[in-house]
Amino acid sequence: MSVRGRWLLFCALLAIGALVGETAWATEAVASKAVVSEAAAVAVPEAAGMPWWAWPVILFVVTFGLGIVAVLGGVGGGVLFVPIVGGFFPFHLDFVRSAGLLVALSGALAAGPALLKKGMADLRLALPVALIASSAAIVGAMIGLALPTNVIQISLGVTILGIVVIMLKAKKSEYPDVKEADALSSALRISGIYYEPTINRNVDWKIHHTATGLFLFIGIGIMAGMFGLGAGWANVPVLNLLMGAPLKLSVATSKFLLSITDTSAAWVYINQGAVLAMIVVPSIIGIMLGSMVGVRLLAVTKAAVVRKVVIIMLLFAGARALAKGFGI
Amino acid sequence: MTNEKDDSGVHTSKPKATDEQIIYANLLDWGMKAGLAALVVTFSIYVFGLLPPHIPLDQVSLYWGMGTHEFLQKAAVEPGWAWTSKLGNGDFLNYVGIAFLAGITILCYLPLIPMFLKKKDVVYALIAIVEVLVLALAASGILHVGGH
Repeated sequence: MSVRGRWLLFCALLAIGALVGETAWATEAVASKAVVSEAAAVAVPEAAGMPWWAWPVILFVVTFGLGIVAVLGGVGGGVLFVPIVGGFFPFHLDFVRSAGLLVALSGALAAGPALLKKGMADLRLALPVALIASSAAIVGAMIGLALPTNVIQISLGVTILGIVVIMLKAKKSEYPDVKEADALSSALRISGIYYEPTINRNVDWKIHHTATGLFLFIGIGIMAGMFGLGAGWANVPVLNLLMGAPLKLSVATSKFLLSITDTSAAWVYINQGAVLAMIVVPSIIGIMLGSMVGVRLLAVTKAAVVRKVVIIMLLFAGARALAKGFGI
Repeated sequence: MTNEKDDSGVHTSKPKATDEQIIYANLLDWGMKAGLAALVVTFSIYVFGLLPPHIPLDQVSLYWGMGTHEFLQKAAVEPGWAWTSKLGNGDFLNYVGIAFLAGITILCYLPLIPMFLKKKDVVYALIAIVEVLVLALAASGILHVGGH
């Protein structure tokens, strides 16, 4: 059986397993711990008419779709996952944000090795940035878990709408013109060469405005930890437009950076108990399978059209987060 | 990145990733695959009921709408690394894969430290050391968050 076939089989197993599990464990509920049963009695009521296993199955299907759209729209999975799942699923935002971080982390871990080996992601550029962003992400995660949920919802809504503005307005520079490397990047020897297959030549690059860029990563890290969004939407403009790294190098280094930034924030959520396997695992598997399909569709899809769809989805999700935050 | 130049200064070959980058990439590749495999296996054990879950599957939906503080209290779950003592429960077993995926980056940094020191690249060795400490602090569970 092909690798793709095996993955599809597992997905079917997920759905079947959920169905079987519901039957098998319905009887176990009686024997479960008293404290758990007692808690269940006072817990939030189940959505009317919806069996419990429907939500994880829907989650898997939705994240599969998000995985496709994220690749085609050139955005990370986390930035779509948190507002959409947070806005339209019955899960608490704490669980959604931790799952969002783990989704973004898994995507970054999967992409990281190839990007590093090809030299598209640069370790010397990533390490100082990652140290700042990952430290800030811990603070962001702690703030996010300490603040009231409605405040986080409102902030998330504003952030998502801000991301839409960035996506609409931000320009990109394929090969930014950096006349001279600044003192800090020279001292850290942050520069390099990578092979660009589209023009069949090696591209020399160096950066400037390093101190300002590093400072901005404090804010980016805090937001990544606070909202569980991943942070590619902010990493790339700073690396590319401000610091002057070539666009492809910025995108690749940003993707790799998420594997470090999101690690620190994810641990805060894990240690606070904000992780439910029933939410996390279908999300990770769904978005990774969707990404695989998305990569195959990339060649036959109009990226500009998909990007517009992504922007509309984010607008809708941002508005929904704001509405939830205001109790509407 | 390393590369060669001819007499006129033009790059004559495709640049190669540095040793540090290759080592990091290889470890990350191995860890990512192992973590995802663990996630698939443990989740299968969980949904097929091969190990009893702490929260019965049909009751999970009663908890996923709660904030973490309420969830911990009502589901009788302890925060931090307490899950390691409950690996006999199908739901907590999933933490193995999750923690592995969240921890692999720390492992990837470790070989960089002696490599940078060998090249007398003290600044980057220090950056790597501090990053390991930061990630270890986050993973330790020492940091506590106030309730809301």
